[in-house]
Amino acid sequence: MNEKDKAAAIELLTFQLADQEYSLDIMSVREIRGWTRTTPLPHAPSYMRGVINLRGTVLPVMDLSERLGLKPLEHTERNVIIVVNHEDTMTGLLVDAVSDIIAITAEDLQPPPEIQTSASPNVVNALTLIDDRMIRVLDLSAIVIPEQSHAA
Amino acid sequence: MTLEILAVDDSRTMRDMIRLALSSAGFKVHTAEDGVNGVEVLDGIQPDAIITDINMPRMDGFGFINAVRTQEKHRATPILVLTTEAAPELKARARDSGATGWIVKPFDPEKLVKALKMVAG
Amino acid sequence: MGDPNDPMAEIKASFFIECEELLEALQDGLQTLEDGGGDDETINVVFRAVHSIKGGAGAFGLEALVRFAHRFETVLDEVRAGRLDIDAEALKVFFLCGDHLSDLVRVSRDDAPIPSAQSDALSAQLDAMLGDAPQDTPQDDPIDFQPMGLSFDLDLDDEPDAPPVYQITFTPSAELFESGNEPFHLFRALEELGPCQFNCDSTRLTDPPDFEPEQSYLSWKIDLASTCSRAEIEATFEFVEGLCSLDIVPSGQEPPGDLLLDSALPDLPAPKPLTDKPVAEITAPSADLTPDMPETVADLPSPPPSAAPAARPDPAKPAATSGPKSVVRVDLDRIERLVNLVGELVINQAMLSQSLEQSGLSPHSDAMSGLEEFQRLTRDIQDSVMMIRAQPVKSLFQRMSRIVREASSAVGKDVRLITEGEATEVDKTVIERLADPLTHMIRNAVDHGLETPQDRAAAGKPAQGQVHLKAAHRSGRVIIEVSDDGAGINRPKVLQIAIDKGLVPAEASLSDSEIDNLLFLPGFSTASVVSDLSGRGVGMDVVRNSIQTLGGRISISSTPGQGTVFSISLPLTLAVLDGMVVQVADETLVLPLNVVIETLALNASDIEMVRPGVQVVRVRSGFVPLFDLGKELGYRAPLQDYDGSVVLLIAHEDGSRAALVIDSIQDQRQVVIKGLDASFYRAPGIAAATILGDGQIALIIDTADIISNASAESAAPTLEGLIA
Repeated sequence: MNEKDKAAAIELLTFQLADQEYSLDIMSVREIRGWTRTTPLPHAPSYMRGVINLRGTVLPVMDLSERLGLKPLEHTERNVIIVVNHEDTMTGLLVDAVSDIIAITAEDLQPPPEIQTSASPNVVNALTLIDDRMIRVLDLSAIVIPEQSHAA
Repeated sequence: MTLEILAVDDSRTMRDMIRLALSSAGFKVHTAEDGVNGVEVLDGIQPDAIITDINMPRMDGFGFINAVRTQEKHRATPILVLTTEAAPELKARARDSGATGWIVKPFDPEKLVKALKMVAG
Repeated sequence: MGDPNDPMAEIKASFFIECEELLEALQDGLQTLEDGGGDDETINVVFRAVHSIKGGAGAFGLEALVRFAHRFETVLDEVRAGRLDIDAEALKVFFLCGDHLSDLVRVSRDDAPIPSAQSDALSAQLDAMLGDAPQDTPQDDPIDFQPMGLSFDLDLDDEPDAPPVYQITFTPSAELFESGNEPFHLFRALEELGPCQFNCDSTRLTDPPDFEPEQSYLSWKIDLASTCSRAEIEATFEFVEGLCSLDIVPSGQEPPGDLLLDSALPDLPAPKPLTDKPVAEITAPSADLTPDMPETVADLPSPPPSAAPAARPDPAKPAATSGPKSVVRVDLDRIERLVNLVGELVINQAMLSQSLEQSGLSPHSDAMSGLEEFQRLTRDIQDSVMMIRAQPVKSLFQRMSRIVREASSAVGKDVRLITEGEATEVDKTVIERLADPLTHMIRNAVDHGLETPQDRAAAGKPAQGQVHLKAAHRSGRVIIEVSDDGAGINRPKVLQIAIDKGLVPAEASLSDSEIDNLLFLPGFSTASVVSDLSGRGVGMDVVRNSIQTLGGRISISSTPGQGTVFSISLPLTLAVLDGMVVQVADETLVLPLNVVIETLALNASDIEMVRPGVQVVRVRSGFVPLFDLGKELGYRAPLQDYDGSVVLLIAHEDGSRAALVIDSIQDQRQVVIKGLDASFYRAPGIAAATILGDGQIALIIDTADIISNASAESAAPTLEGLIA
C-alpha cells in the first residue's frame, strides 16, 4: 500500500442478493466460480450449502442470502460462488450474480446507521452510493466466523 | 579480497554458526563434518585458513591437522583449533599438534573473524 | 527469536533437531554398552554426543544445559580415558543422565522452567562417580561461558583522538612460521588497532653460504598509535606467545598494570635460532628467494593498508563441499504439498478412467491398457511419496525405553525392555500420534502385566521381568506388539470387576477372549490398588480410541503364567484410506473398510423393534442395533420399510457393533484423505472428506461418532420414560 492507494482506490466487487446490491473488498476475493453441486454437511446450519472441490481442497460454501437472513437463494444459471480468503480460511459464498468491480475512495464510504436487530447478523460495515444505487459493503469477518463457533 | 576458509566440525549447529559468522563477514566458507571428510574436501580447494574441531568421529582434529601438515602445499596453511576449554595445556596440545591458533567455544563471531585475521590476513 | 528470517533462530532450531539425533546416538551407545557390546568407539560416540550438545548449547546461552552436559561429559571423558570403569550401576546413572539431558534440551527449546533439582541430584551422582579419579575440572563451573552476540558488524575501527604510542619489539622464531603463523598477518591485525610504523631490523641476515632459507633472521620495531589497552595488543600476539620475543612499551608513560611479557628493553637482541627444522617456503625471509610471492616479509615494514594477502586461492578451482552422507533436509510443508499433489494425481487418474469407461471403449483398446499402466505408475508414485514421510520407529522405541526405566523404578520392579524391528518405517504423523497410547501400554505392562519380584520368584521366573516392543510390516500395515512375560490376565478377577462395576451382567458367561477385551471398556481399571503409574484415570479404552482414530485396530491375547500381548495394527499412512464407497440418500459417502466386517441384505423379518425408534437386527444368534445412516446424517427421514435394504455390519475395537442401513454399495477402493480442518464447521459423524473420480467431494464417515451420537439420542428420552 503506497500513498496513492490510500487516497485513490478501494476496489469493491459488487453482486446481487435478493435484488439488493452488496459488495466485498476485492482484496479478499480469490476467485469466482460457476455454480457446482455441493456435498451437504450433516447437521450443518441451513445456510451452509456444503463443500465443493476447489482444485483438490475442500471448500465450504455458504448461501450468502440465507447467511444474511434474506430469503434462501433460488437456483439459477447465473449463480456463482465467490471464493474469499479471510485470515487464511477459504470460504465460498454463493450469490445470485456478480455485477461489477467498482473503485471508490475511503471518503465515499459511510458508516451504516446503528440499528440493533436480532433477526440478522450485523454484517454491513459501510454503505456507498454508485449511480444512485445504495451498495452495502460487507464485513467478511462477521460472515465467515460463525457465531456458534464449533471449532476455530 | 575474499578469504576462503575450510571449517571442519561434526556438529551441524557449529558448522552452521561458523558459516553464518564468516559469510556475513565476507568470507567464503567450505565445511566438512569430520577429519576424513575434511581431507576429502581439502583436495579440491586451497583455503586461506582451516578451522577444525577436535572431537570428531572417524578422524579427530589432531589426526586431521597431521594429515593436512603432511601435505606439502599445506605445510604453512593456518589452522585454528576449536576447543571448549581455554586451559593452557589444551593450547599447548593444539600447538604441538601443528595448529596455528585456537578459538575457545562458544566463540563470538567477532573473535572468530579477528582470530582468522591474525593468521590469514 | 520471533523473526523467522533471523539466521540465528534458524540455526537454533536446527540445533535442537541435531540434539534429537545426538540424544538418539547417546541412547544407542548406552544401550550397546548395557547389552555388553561396544568398544572404545562406543564410549567415544557417547562422549561426543554430550560434547556436541554442550558446544551448541553454549553458543545459544543455554546455561543449564551447558552446565549439566559438562558434568556428564567430564565423567564420560574419564571413562573414555580408561581412568574410570563403568559397571551396571554407573550405566544406570548414565541412562538417567541421558534422560535428563533430553529433558533439559526440551525445556531449553520450549523455554520451560529448568528442572534444576534433578540436575543437581544427578550432578552429585556423577561427581560421586569421579570419586578419587583425577578431575580435569577443579572449579565448579569452568566454562568460560559467553552468550553469543548476534551482531555481525565488525566495528574494528580505532578511536580518532591523538592516541598514545606503544613501542613494540617483535622477533619471530622459526617455530612461529612452522606453526603456520605469519608476521605479515599479525602486522595487519595490529594495524586494525591503530596506525603503525614498522622498522625492520635485518642486521642478523647473513649472506650465503651461511644463510639458511628456513631460518628466521628478521626482527621488527613497531610504533603503534592506539588507545587500545596493552591486553588487546597482547591478544593479537596470542597465537605466537612463546614462539617469538615480544616487547610492548607504552612510550612516555608507565605501563598500566602488570606486564605479562615484561622485559622493557627496546633493543632486545634477537633470539638465537631455536631449531633447524624446515619451515614453509612462504616464510622465507627475503623477496628474491621467493620471486613468485607478490608480498613477502621483506616488504613488511610499511605494508599498504589494503594490500592483498600473500596467497590467493585459485578462483577457477571448483569448491568441494559435499559431505559423505547424501541427506537432504526438506521442510515438512513441502512434503505435504507433494503429498497433496500426488493425491490430486490419483483423483485425476480416477476421473480419467471413469470418463474413459463411460465412453464405451473396449477394455482391450490401447487407451484402456495405457490407462492401466497409468494407474500402476500413479500408485507407485503415491507409495514413493508416502515413503518420504516415513520414519523408522526407532526414536519412538527409544522414548519407550525411558518409560520402562521410569516406570520400573517407580514400582520397584526390575524390568528389561527388548525392542525389535526398530528400523520399521511408518508415516511420521502416525509415529507422533502413537507416542501417547504406546506410553500408556508400556506403563501398563510394567505396572500390571509384570508380577512383583517376590511373585516372580515364587513362580520360578527370573527376577528381571521382560517387556518386548516389536514393530513389523505385515500385508501393507504396520504391526506393533507390546508384550510382557508376566502372569497374564487374571480373568476371574477381571470378570468380577466388570460385574461389580455393572459393565456386564452378573450371570454373563464370557469366553476368555471376551473377558480379555473387557479391559478396553471405558472406566475399567484392573489394579485393585491404584498405583502411582497407570491408575490416573486413563484406561485402555483411551488407548483403543487413539489407535482407532489412526485407522488402526488393537487386540489382546494372554496366556496365564506366561504373559500378555497387545497387538496394534496400523495403516502405513494417514494420507490414504481403504474405503468402502456407498450411496445414501443420493449422497456418496465413504466408510473406513477396517470397521466393516460384513454386508447383509435385510429381510423385514430380521428386524425387531425394541421400542419405538430403537431397532435391532438379528445377526445369527446376536442382536445388533440398527441405524439408518441417511437419517443419522439428517439427509432424510427414516425409511418406513427396510426390507431389501443393504446394511453394513460395523464392529469397533471395543467390541461394539452396529448395523448401518445404506442404499447401495458402489465400490471398494483407496481414497485420498482430505482434512476438513480448513472449514470452520465440524460436522458430527464426519471424519474427513475425499475427492471422487467425478471430482465430487464425498464425506468419510466416523462410524464410532455416528453410533455414539445416535445412541445418546435414542437413550435419553427412554430413560426419562422409565423414571416417569
